[in-house]
Amino acid sequence: MNRRDSLKALGIGTLSAGVLLEACKPKDNKLAEDNKGAAPTADEAGRQPFEIERDKKLNAEKFFTDHEMATITVLGDIIIPKDDRSGGASDAKVPDFIEFIVKDMPEHQTPMRGGLRWLDVQCLQRYGHTFVDASSSQQIEMVTEIAYPKKAKPGMEQGVSFFNRMRDLTASGFYTSKIGIQDLGYMGNAPGKWDGVPADVLKQYNIKDPWGNKWD
Amino acid sequence: MDDIQIKKSSTVYDAIVVGSGAGGGMAGYVLAHAGLKVLMLEAGPYFDPAKDSMQLKWPYESPRRGAGTTRYFGDFDAAYGGWEIDGEPYTTKDNTEFHWFRSRMMGGRTNHWGRISLRMGPDDFKGHHIDGLTDDWPISYEDVKPFYDKVDRMIGVYGTVEGLPNEPDGIFLPPPKPRLNELYIKKGAAKAGVKVIAGRGSVLTEALPGNKDRGACFFCGQCGRSCKVYGDFSSSSCLVIPAIKTGNLKLIPNAMVREVLTDNNGLATGVSYVSKDDMQEYQVKANIVILGASAGESARLLLNSKSAQHPNGLANSSGVVGHYIHDSTGSSAGGWIPELMDRKRYNEDGVGSVHIYGPWVYDNKKLNFPRGYHIEFGGGLHMPGYGFSGGIQNMNGVVPGRDGKMKEAGGFGASLKDDYRRFYGTGFGMAGRGTAIARYDNYCEIDPNVVDKWGIPVLRFHYKWSDYEINQAKHMQDTFQEIMHNMGGAIYGPPAGKETNYGLEAPGMIIHEVGTVRMGDDPKKSALNKYCQAHDCKNLFVVDAAPFVQQGDKNATWTILALSMRTAEYILSQRKKTNV
Repeated sequence: MNRRDSLKALGIGTLSAGVLLEACKPKDNKLAEDNKGAAPTADEAGRQPFEIERDKKLNAEKFFTDHEMATITVLGDIIIPKDDRSGGASDAKVPDFIEFIVKDMPEHQTPMRGGLRWLDVQCLQRYGHTFVDASSSQQIEMVTEIAYPKKAKPGMEQGVSFFNRMRDLTASGFYTSKIGIQDLGYMGNAPGKWDGVPADVLKQYNIKDPWGNKWD
Repeated sequence: MDDIQIKKSSTVYDAIVVGSGAGGGMAGYVLAHAGLKVLMLEAGPYFDPAKDSMQLKWPYESPRRGAGTTRYFGDFDAAYGGWEIDGEPYTTKDNTEFHWFRSRMMGGRTNHWGRISLRMGPDDFKGHHIDGLTDDWPISYEDVKPFYDKVDRMIGVYGTVEGLPNEPDGIFLPPPKPRLNELYIKKGAAKAGVKVIAGRGSVLTEALPGNKDRGACFFCGQCGRSCKVYGDFSSSSCLVIPAIKTGNLKLIPNAMVREVLTDNNGLATGVSYVSKDDMQEYQVKANIVILGASAGESARLLLNSKSAQHPNGLANSSGVVGHYIHDSTGSSAGGWIPELMDRKRYNEDGVGSVHIYGPWVYDNKKLNFPRGYHIEFGGGLHMPGYGFSGGIQNMNGVVPGRDGKMKEAGGFGASLKDDYRRFYGTGFGMAGRGTAIARYDNYCEIDPNVVDKWGIPVLRFHYKWSDYEINQAKHMQDTFQEIMHNMGGAIYGPPAGKETNYGLEAPGMIIHEVGTVRMGDDPKKSALNKYCQAHDCKNLFVVDAAPFVQQGDKNATWTILALSMRTAEYILSQRKKTNV
């Protein structure tokens, strides 16, 4: 069976490779993401029964309070805001992902819950409001105190740890979403033919042959 | 459950094969194609990659974005099981450590494996002359070579002919070219004097001549999920399903084998198993019993099969069953390449096995460890998943921003978002896989106090690394540092130090455990003869990695396949002579 037959076996054999690449880009892929929060709607073939049950149970539970979710949403959009290339964290439903992942990986629960509370107490002391009720400039001022590990002031260490975790979870959620994958420009997950690093890229890095044996 | 019965079948098969991975799958394939009536028992469910693979799913199709919460290698990985399985414990002894990875599914661990397909070399089969530390196999590379050749032709493997002394060439399909990051690794390795060649993997980079059932690779890089078009080697897709199609092999999934049954003459008559589907007990019969349950499970089965004729466990009059277990060593490193920031995007998925590979071509006589290791390399524009760009505060403060000025590490907002784009695709990694010496003192045995959820006594492991393996891991770390130093501006951490045994993974973590039912010419020192036939029980064979006397640094699967094919052909020839 040659490559064309392989693609046919996948049910996509009638399309040309170019069309395939186009069709497999994230923006055209209409799959599960829009249904987050409900039971998994993606194809369950190959999933083990205990995995399906576990996901259903986790999706039925709620960990964060509405206040905590509101704080996560504001923080997420401060970390990854909308810009001229793509939407922000909340557009990519990052808060829903974080709600799921702390149930999936309970080791996140206490650091996240405690970190959010730490942040609120800091803001109450500084501004007389919780983080979400503080002004935008106050929110940025507070985040700036904990977003730069090397220059954070003494007393801010716990906030730095929390923010490092929050930043990582936001990046995980955003760059694995349709919006984030498109923003990154990931072009794979599409049937094709790998024939080595493209010639123009080899040239850009002064590499003389696709096996990397000769460099300028 | 209140009505448990032992159901005995009167059918007598020509052969029962326990396990459906590389070893069991190959034996079943050869025997079924030769017309034998074969019953195959698998402890997990039926698994057909064409239907059950997660191939081509996007990260957002997993609520955990591909994280490894229920599957160690990620939500899309093919393996059902892992190092810990609910209701199927194992134990360790004397504060030693061993981690036992099991895939409970048709095809076993070949559904998710790395497809790195290496022949062991002449010095791997006969290594005693090198340092006196290991026992020789009763067979040589020349004995196995014809079967490696047949496996290459039948299943397909890519690579390049190199003519290296202890890294035999095969019959190769064209290898995939390196990714950009891998070209930098090649450059660094060349400067450091470390040999790097094309990878060797069982992926059909071209259509396999004469095979109409398997598709050619379409380069999604997702072999670990198993392949819907059978473009790589899994025992499920390439061996078991074709064997079922002959009409001569019957597979019973969810059948957890309890013991091998023997008669008054000490010969095998069949096996007993518990069905995970109806929780009933069954006994099935055959003229030949073939174990391909994995090195650990086959040893466990033999040790649990005690009788008046075999009081020490079946095939264990020598007492070696369980002993000499050895896994490959492993240690790794990685970093990122600032020169690749803002790199042009293109589809760089490639294949799901290694594109480049560092064979061992050095002289151990000048080193403080007796046997070598190979290096597996990787890096490129991969699909993002859970953990994407994690710890960016450790990256974005060490290189200048777009304006040429250094940035404060960490951050948020538009500038951070730009960093994620800039750093994407700059990472690389490398991992050593080395020869560990097979030792009598490393073993698994039956734990006298613990059973699994079906009441089957479980394995207890006793495994320690020696200075040989630790010194080898240090050499890996030093070599990685030299390669990375010579890559031209790569950023990476210090070598793993003494406090971690130089990053040496715990035994079992590399999932190459072999050697528990070793072969040999002397029945006092080995359980099997050179055809993997039990010295004590002539109609019992073992076809997984248990018969290995001493593993080289080469990953075990290709040798399991070749030996299993050799054993199956031996069985056919003996049947003609009516010896078994």
